[in-house]
Parts: sequence; C-alpha cells; structure tokens
Amino acid sequence: MMRFLWPFVIFVVLAGFLFIGLGLNPREVPSPLIDKPAPAFTLQQLHDPSQQFSSQDMKGQVWLLNVWASWCVSCRQEHPVLMDLASQNIVPVYGLDYKDKREDGLAWLRNGGDPYVLSVSDTEGRIGIDYGVYGVPETYVIDKQGVIRYKQIGPVTVQSLKEKILPMVAELQRK
Amino acid sequence: MKYLLLLVMCLSPTYVFAGEAKDLAEDPVLEKRMIVLAEKLRCLVCQNESLASSHSELAEDLRREVREQMSKGMDDDQIIDYLVERYGDFVLYDPRVKGSTLLLWFGPFLLLGGGGVMLFYQLRKRKRTLAETDAELTPEAAQRAAQMLNEQKDTQA
Repeated sequence: MMRFLWPFVIFVVLAGFLFIGLGLNPREVPSPLIDKPAPAFTLQQLHDPSQQFSSQDMKGQVWLLNVWASWCVSCRQEHPVLMDLASQNIVPVYGLDYKDKREDGLAWLRNGGDPYVLSVSDTEGRIGIDYGVYGVPETYVIDKQGVIRYKQIGPVTVQSLKEKILPMVAELQRK
Repeated sequence: MKYLLLLVMCLSPTYVFAGEAKDLAEDPVLEKRMIVLAEKLRCLVCQNESLASSHSELAEDLRREVREQMSKGMDDDQIIDYLVERYGDFVLYDPRVKGSTLLLWFGPFLLLGGGGVMLFYQLRKRKRTLAETDAELTPEAAQRAAQMLNEQKDTQA
C-alpha cells in the first residue's frame, strides 16, 4: 500500500501546481517598481506643448498615471471605464500618450472624450521605458509620497477598479 | 548553367532572411556588442524572442537604449541592472542566483541526488533478497519445485 501512496501523493501535488499554472497569465510580468519611487519626468503637455507637466507637481496627492495611445486597441475597451471614473471625481487621472503622434492623440481624445486632468506626450517612449511599460494600456497608482503602489497591466476594468484600484486609492488618501 | 541558376535561386532566400532585426548601425563594433548582449535578454512583448531578434517596437526602443548606454561607456552589467530595475528578472534568460531562484538552479541536482540515494537503497535491498533466495534449497523445497516444473511441462504439452 505504502508503495503506491508516495508516488500518488507526488502526482497529486505536481498536478495541483500545474493546474494553478494553467490559470496564470504569462503576459503579466510583476513590476519591480512596486513600492519604489515613481521615476520622475517632465514632459510637454499634449494639448499645449508650450506647457510642461512634472511628476513632482503631484507630491501630496494620490493619483493615477494611465499610459495610453491612439493606436492601442485595448485602450478602446478601457476608455468608457476611465470616463466613468473621471466623472466621479474620486482620484485625478493623468494620461501618458505613449509613442503617439500628437495630432492622432488629440483626435482620439476629441472623438472618444477626455477622461484625463491632462495628458503628456512621450513621443519617443523613453518615460515608458523608465516605468517598465511593455503593453499599453498600463495604469499606475501613485501615493502622496510619489511611490508606485500598484500597477495594472492591460485595460482597467470595472472589476479591477472595484476590487483593487479604488480600495487602494481610498486607503492611500486616508494616510 | 540552368543548374547553377537553380542553385542560386535555392540559396538566395537563406541569405535574405538571415541575420537579426537590424537598426541603422553607426558603429559596427558597438552594434555587435549590443547584439551579443541583447541575445541574452528577453523581449517583453514577444516573450519567446530575444531582444536581439524581436521586431516589436519596444524591442527597437530598448536596443536604442542599450546602444546609447554603451556609447556612454556603461558596461554590460550596468546595462543589465538598468533593465532589471525597470522590467524585473523576467528580461534575463539566465535568472540570477538568489533566495527565490535557489530551487530553480539547484533543484535538478537535488532530484539527481535523491534518485541516487533511492537507487542505492533499492540495489542493496535487491542484493539482500537475491542472497536469501540463492541459499541452498531444503530437500522438500527442491522436490516441490521439481514437481511444479513438471506440472507446467505437462500442461504445455
């Protein structure tokens, strides 16, 4: 009896691990930037390139940085969710227009609505590299001290807002 | 002549598709160094391709970044650190040896060692059972064995 028990136990444990592995998303690479200071940047604003926006300006506030682009397909899926969030005035959402032409980005916001307090242009994608962006859209929750607390890879959904982002924002705003 | 032409036609596509994804190289030495390093790094967009061979935009940007840092005089380890800081250990094809990767690096040796120990005990046990069964048969046992063998012969016949 014991002879067969051990191989069986090992098989069940291994099968359990493999089964969990099946449900994981290999596209979601955990960011090493969580709980690290958000890389500082100063960029031209999308609507008015003569104006600059610096991430340092946001010290003392909890805010979301949403990386988007007019060429990004999943951004279309995310867009209504962000519009809804913006209308609730819970947390300011700033946009980083990633590797996009200025006119395309502006046209996209004109057509679909603009959920952002303001957007900045990262035409070359350099700030994107600093933030470890590899699949647009991505959204960062940044706290009052300018530390990245959470990163949403892929579109923000109603579910991820309700379960992850908003509870975290509420907690960070209380601090 | 016809065969020569055929040969050229057969071989030419291999030349057309050979080589890595190219960017304009100003300094061929630096470009070569960049490719060697980028082959050790994984592209995050097409995850089974190296940074050297990927055609994704992010890979192009990252190659540009690596190239720039090399021309600034940073060495390979510094550049790898720079990328790991942003994208995590995932960009490395060879994960670093640290607490969370110990099992990954040394697990196979652990299994090999475990297998060796098991094999050793199994062989020892087998040797012991063989030694026991090899012992001289008692006359009764020998007679019974002969009887059983005869019975088998009868049924086969």
